[in-house]
Amino acid sequence: MRGQDGSVGTVETKYYTFDNSTKELTLESGEKFGPITLAYETYGKLNPQKSNSVLVLHALSGDAHTAGFHKGDKRLGWWDAMIGPEKALDTTKYFVICSNVLGGCKGSTGPSSINPKTGKPYGTDFPIVTIQDMVNAQRRLIDHLGIDELLTVVGGSMGGMQVLQWMVSYPDRIRSAIPIATTMKHSPQQIAFNEVGRQAIIADYNWNNGDYYWRSAPERGLAVARMVGHITYMSDVSMAEKFGRRRKNNGRLFKFGTDFEVEGYLRYRGDKFVKRFDANSYLYITKAIDYFNILNGKKLSEIFKGLKAKVLVLAFKSDWLYPTYQSREIVKACKLAGVDATYCEINSTYGHDAFLLEVKEETHLIKHFLRTVSNG
Amino acid sequence: MKTENPIAKLEYKVILDWIKRSSSVLDLGCGDGELISLLIQEKQVRAQGIEIDDQAIYECVARGLSVFQQDIDTGLTEYVDKSFDYVILNQTLQQVKKPDFVLKEALRVGKQTIVSFPNFVHYPARFQIFFRGKVPVTPSLPHEWYETPNLHFLGISDFIEYCNQRKITIKHSIFIRKNKRSWFFPNFFAEIGIFLISNEQDQRNRENAYAVNAK
Repeated sequence: MRGQDGSVGTVETKYYTFDNSTKELTLESGEKFGPITLAYETYGKLNPQKSNSVLVLHALSGDAHTAGFHKGDKRLGWWDAMIGPEKALDTTKYFVICSNVLGGCKGSTGPSSINPKTGKPYGTDFPIVTIQDMVNAQRRLIDHLGIDELLTVVGGSMGGMQVLQWMVSYPDRIRSAIPIATTMKHSPQQIAFNEVGRQAIIADYNWNNGDYYWRSAPERGLAVARMVGHITYMSDVSMAEKFGRRRKNNGRLFKFGTDFEVEGYLRYRGDKFVKRFDANSYLYITKAIDYFNILNGKKLSEIFKGLKAKVLVLAFKSDWLYPTYQSREIVKACKLAGVDATYCEINSTYGHDAFLLEVKEETHLIKHFLRTVSNG
Repeated sequence: MKTENPIAKLEYKVILDWIKRSSSVLDLGCGDGELISLLIQEKQVRAQGIEIDDQAIYECVARGLSVFQQDIDTGLTEYVDKSFDYVILNQTLQQVKKPDFVLKEALRVGKQTIVSFPNFVHYPARFQIFFRGKVPVTPSLPHEWYETPNLHFLGISDFIEYCNQRKITIKHSIFIRKNKRSWFFPNFFAEIGIFLISNEQDQRNRENAYAVNAK
C-alpha cells in the first residue's frame, strides 16, 4: 500500500451503505431518505486507541479520492500533496478518511444514482440536501468505522463549511477543526456566481428538467458553469502570470475561436469537467452551498459556545471568492465563545485555488497544529 | 514585531514575576511567541497571541501556540471587558499606528496590562542627537531611521505623565539598563521601561508609583 516519495501508493474506493436499523437518514427538510451509500477512501492505520483519525472534507467538485492513485489510473487524488507519509496529514501517524458527499456523483448516493422505487436515476426527484445532511451522513460513516472522536476535521471551501457544521453539530466528536478558505454563509456575490453556473446548465436544451441520463447530458451548460467557477477560483494576478494576453491563433483575425490562451484553458477545464461530473449534482450541491448558514438565526457569540475543540482557521490574501473577512468572521465567533483558536492569512496570489496549491505553508501550519492537538 | 537584543531576557523575567500562575494572558504583537511559550512553561497560563507578521505567525504555530494574525490597530472589539487577567504589550506600543487607542483597548480587555518599550531618551540617545546631530542607534534602539519598525518615540517620563493624565494606575514599574535593573534616574539611564498598569482608580497604588522618581 505504501508508495515511494511520500505517496500513499495504490488506493481503493470503499462503499458503506447505511445498514438495516439506520437505513434512512432524516434530512434537514424533515424528509426521510434512503437507501444511502457513501463512497470513501482511507489512508494510514487506525491506532488501537482509535484516536488518530482525520476526516478530510472535499469541495464542490471533489470526491473521496483524496490521495494516491487507483490501479491502472495515473490520476492522483485531489489533495495528494497534503496526504501521505511525512506530509501534512502524515499517514504514518494518522488514519485519514475522506468520503464523497451525499448528493455527489462519485460513488455516493446522488441525483445520478438509481432510485430503487422507479429503477431509474433520481434526476430532480432527488431530495434537497444541505451541508448538514452531508455531515450527518459522514457521522454515520464515522460510527460505522467505530470512531468516537476524530483528531480533526479539515477542508477548504465547501469542505470548510462541512468543518464548521461538524463544529456545531458534533462538537463532542472532534478534538480539533481546520476550516480553510471558507465562510459561515454565502454572500450575495457568491450565490450570484453559483446561479450563473446553474442557469448555464438549466438553459442547456439537453438538461431536459434533469432527465437526461438515457441520452446526451447537458455538457455545454455544465462546461460553462465550470468555466465561470474557474474564473472565480483564480485571481487577477494568477491569471496574468499564467496566461498574460498570449494568443493561441498566431495573431490571425478573430473568428470567435479560442483566440487567447485563457480562453483555451477555460474551455479545456470545462470539457474535462463534463467527463467526470454530473450536471444535476452540480445543481444540488451548489444549492446546498448557497443555503448554508451556520448561524441559522443564532448569534455569532453563541454559535461555538462550549466548543472544546482547538480550531485553526486558514485564509488566503488573494482569495476574492471567499474573502478573508469571511474567515475573520469565523475567528470572531471563536473569540466571542472563548474557543482556543489560531488564524493565519496566508500570503498567496493564487486566489481561492490557493487552498489546493499553497502546500508548503499549509503543511507547516497543519503539521504543527496537529502535533499540538495530539500532544494536548 | 520584535527586535533582537539581549535586554529582552531580563524583560521576560520581570514579566514572568508579575504574572500569576494559571492566569489568562493576551499578548499583543507576540512576535515569534517566545514570551508566551515561557509563560505557558513557567506559569501554566492560558495564552493567546496576536501578531501581524507572516513569518512570526508560522513560528508561533510551530511552538504550538494559539495566535491570531491581526492588525491590533483595528482594536479588540470581539473581546468583552476584562476578559483576560493580563494583556501584554511587550515592545509593541511604539510600533503600532494608534498607541493611544491600542492602550485603551488593552486596558479595557485586560484586568491588568503590562507595557514595555525602549526609552528613546536614555543618555546614549541624547548624546547622539546632541553631539553627533544624528537620530540615535543604540543597543535598545538598533535600527536605522529608514528600517525601524518603531513609529512612536517616547521616554519613561512621557509614559508616566501619560498615565497620570489618563488616570491610569501604575502598579509596578521596573527599569532596565544593560540587562540589569536600574533605579537611578531611569528616564536618563534606563534603556527599557516595564509597567504594570490598570485603569482601576486605586489611589494607594498610584501614590506608590509616584514615589518612583523617574525624573
